[in-house]
Amino acid sequence: MPAKAAFFDVDGTLVRTNIVHVYAYYAMNRGSLRGIAGRTLGTALGLPVFGILDAVNRKAFNEFFYRYYSGLSEDRLVTIAEDMFEDVLKPALYEQTQDLIDEARRSGCRIVLVTGALDFTMRPLARHLGCDDVIANKMQFVGGKATGKVIPPIIEGANKANAIRAYCEREGLALNQCHGYSDSASDYAMLAVVGRPTAVNPDLRLRSLARAYNWPILDLK
Amino acid sequence: MRPLKTLQKLYDEESQVVITEKGSPPRALFYGEGFLQEDLPVGTRVIFPRPPLEGVPNVKAAIRWAINHPEGMDPLHALLKPGMRLTCVIDDISVPLPPMVTPDVRQSILEVVLELCADSGVDDVHLVIANALHRRMTEGEMKRMVGEKIFDAYYPDRYYNHDAEDPDGITELERTSHNEVVAVNRRVAESDLIVYVNINFVPMNGGHKSMGTGVTNYASLRHHHNPKTIRESDSYMEPKASALYTKNSRIGTVIDKSLKVFHIETTLNNRMFGAPTDFLAKKEEDYTEADRLKFQALRFTLSKLPRAAARKVLNAIPAPYDVTGVFAGATEPTHAKTLEQSWKQYVVPVEGQSDIVIFPIPFVSPYSVNSILNPLLVQVMGLGYFYNLNRGVPLVKKGGVLILLHPAYDEFDPVQHPSYIEFFHRLLPETRDSMKLEHKYEKEFAENPSYVHLYRKGNAYHGVHPFYMWYWGENGRQHVGKVIVAGAENNHVPALLGWDRTDTLSEAIEEARGFMGRSASISLLRIAPTVMVDVK
Repeated sequence: MPAKAAFFDVDGTLVRTNIVHVYAYYAMNRGSLRGIAGRTLGTALGLPVFGILDAVNRKAFNEFFYRYYSGLSEDRLVTIAEDMFEDVLKPALYEQTQDLIDEARRSGCRIVLVTGALDFTMRPLARHLGCDDVIANKMQFVGGKATGKVIPPIIEGANKANAIRAYCEREGLALNQCHGYSDSASDYAMLAVVGRPTAVNPDLRLRSLARAYNWPILDLK
Repeated sequence: MRPLKTLQKLYDEESQVVITEKGSPPRALFYGEGFLQEDLPVGTRVIFPRPPLEGVPNVKAAIRWAINHPEGMDPLHALLKPGMRLTCVIDDISVPLPPMVTPDVRQSILEVVLELCADSGVDDVHLVIANALHRRMTEGEMKRMVGEKIFDAYYPDRYYNHDAEDPDGITELERTSHNEVVAVNRRVAESDLIVYVNINFVPMNGGHKSMGTGVTNYASLRHHHNPKTIRESDSYMEPKASALYTKNSRIGTVIDKSLKVFHIETTLNNRMFGAPTDFLAKKEEDYTEADRLKFQALRFTLSKLPRAAARKVLNAIPAPYDVTGVFAGATEPTHAKTLEQSWKQYVVPVEGQSDIVIFPIPFVSPYSVNSILNPLLVQVMGLGYFYNLNRGVPLVKKGGVLILLHPAYDEFDPVQHPSYIEFFHRLLPETRDSMKLEHKYEKEFAENPSYVHLYRKGNAYHGVHPFYMWYWGENGRQHVGKVIVAGAENNHVPALLGWDRTDTLSEAIEEARGFMGRSASISLLRIAPTVMVDVK
C-alpha cells in the first residue's frame, strides 16, 4: 500500500469548470419541459449571484445550492451525473490533467479527489482519471429521495484539511509525505496540512501565498 | 604587417600571469550583473585567460572535412543508407556561455549533415536536444540554435527536447560491469545511426559524457551524479583526475557497444566579448583611454539599472566565438583531439598554489541562461566550476580561502528553478552535508510529481537538479578552509551556504589574511573568458 497520497481539488484545478456549472447542469436537467424552461431561466438569472456568493462564502453557497436537489431520487441524480460528466466535465478537463495524475501515481501516490461537490457527481470523473478515492460532500437521502441537505461536516475550506488528515490517519498514510493540489486560496488549509503543497492555475491570492511559502506553481494547460 | 615573432609573443604562456605592483591599474572584475573596480594588494598574482586562438577559416568546410575523415569510423556518407532511421542528438543551451552569435555552430553542422542525409535517401531523421535533467529549451531558443529553415522543417514533431521522465520514452541497455543502469532515450536507442552534435566549451564536456549524460534519466545519472563520485574527483576538467569521467566512460562504453554513434565535436576559442565589450578580455595594463571610458560607462549603466533589466541587457549580448576545430568519428579518438585543442586555448601554467584565491562570479552559468544566477548557482560557479578549472591540482592550497565576488542576492526563478527554492530554504537550514541530503531527500525531490510535471511540461530544471548543484561544489568544499563572499548584500544567503561575508573585497582579503597569516599568497583568476590553470 502506498505510504502517501496526492489530494486534488477538482474545480479549477483539474477541470476548467467550477461548481456553478454543475449546479446549472442539474437545474437544466430535472423534471418536465416547462420546469426545465423555468429553471433554466431562473438559473441564468441567478448565476451571477451564485458566482458572487461562491466567491464570497463557498460554504454558504454550497448549503444554499444543494437545497435545489431536494426531492430528486438517488438513481436520477446518479444518471444525471453520468451525463454531466460527458457533457460538462470531460470537455473541460485540462489537457495535462491526466499527465499530472499519472506522474503522481508513478511517484507512488494514492490518488484522491477532494472536492466540495457531491460525491455522485465526482464518481464518473474519478473513474475516468483512475483515482483511488473521492472525498466529497454526501447528500442526505430519505426513502430514496434527496432532502437537499448535505451530511455534515460540509467538505470545504478548513474541513477539507480535516478530512485529509482523517483520511491519512484511517489509511495509514504519512501526511507530511502527501501532496496537495488546488487552484484557490480558499483551499489554503488543505494545502497547508499536507507536506507537499502545490498551487495549480492559482488565483491571485493563492499565487502570492505560494510565492511566499515557496510552493511550486503549475500552470496546467 | 606585424612580424611573426611579436605575434607569437602575444601567445606567450607566461604573459597571462601578472604580478600586481605598486603602480598596477585597478582590475575590472565581474560581480554578478555588475562590475567592481578593485585595487589588489601588491604581490597578488592575476591570471588572465589566453587570447583567442585563430578560428578555422571556413566552418562548413571544416565540418565536411571532419565527417569525411573521421577518427576510428567510416566517413559519415558511407554510414548512410536509404530508409535508415537516424537521430541527431544536440548539446543544449547550457553551452556555450553566453550563447554564440548566430549561426550557432550546431546549425552549421546540422545543415551539412541533413543535406547529406537528404542526398543519401535518409528521410527518417529526428533532432533530439540532449538536455538530460536540464530545463527544456523554449521554442525561441530552439529556433535560434538551429536556424529558421531547420526549425520550420522539423519542429515540433521531429525536433524536440529529450524527456527523461517519459515512461515510454526511455529504454535500458545492458548494465555496466559495475551494475550501473545504462538508460537511453528510446528514439535514440532505436536508431540505426546517431550523430552527436557537440559544442565543447570546457574539457568536461563531450566524449562519453555526451550520450551517457545527455539522453538518459535519473536512474542512470545517479550512479555518477553523487557526492561520493564528486569527492573522488580531483578535477572535473582533467579526465585522468575525474571519477565522474571514469564512470561516464564505463557507461559510454556500453552505449558504444550497443549503438552506432558518430560524434561531431567542435571547439571554440576565447572570443567571448564582441566589439562594444571586447575590452573585458584585455589586461587592464593594455586598456586604451577608450577602453577605460567604455568600462566606466558600462559599470555606471549596469549599476543604475534594476537588476532584472541589467540581466536582460547582459543576456542579450551574444558571444562572437570562432570555431577552432571540428573533429568527428568514434567517441574516444574524437574526444582526444577535442581535449588537445581545448588545452591549447584554456590552459595557463602557473607556479605553485596560493593561500587565498579570488574568483569574480559573472552573471551567467550553464544553468541560468535567460534566468537568474540564484545562490545555489553562485555556489556551483565558485566551488564547482571555477575551483575545478585545473588539471588535478587546485589553484588554492588545502585549507586555504576562496573569495567570491557576488551580491549573493536571495533571488530565484520560479519558472526555471522551482525545486531550488525548496532545497535552499527548506533543506539547507537543516544540513549542508551532501551525504545526508542525498540519503534523506534526493529521491523525494526527484520523484515529486509537481517538479516532474514542471520539468516535462514547463521549462523547469528537474526536481533533483539542485542536489547535483550542491554536490558539484563538494570537492571544493572538502578542500578549502573558508569561503568569503565579498560584496554580499545580505547576511542570510552566505550563512545558509556556510560562508562568511564582507562588504568589500579589501575586507575579504583582510579576513582571509587573518585566517591564513599576513604573508599569505593571493591569486585572482580573471574569468571570463574561460581560463584553466596548470599548477606546477
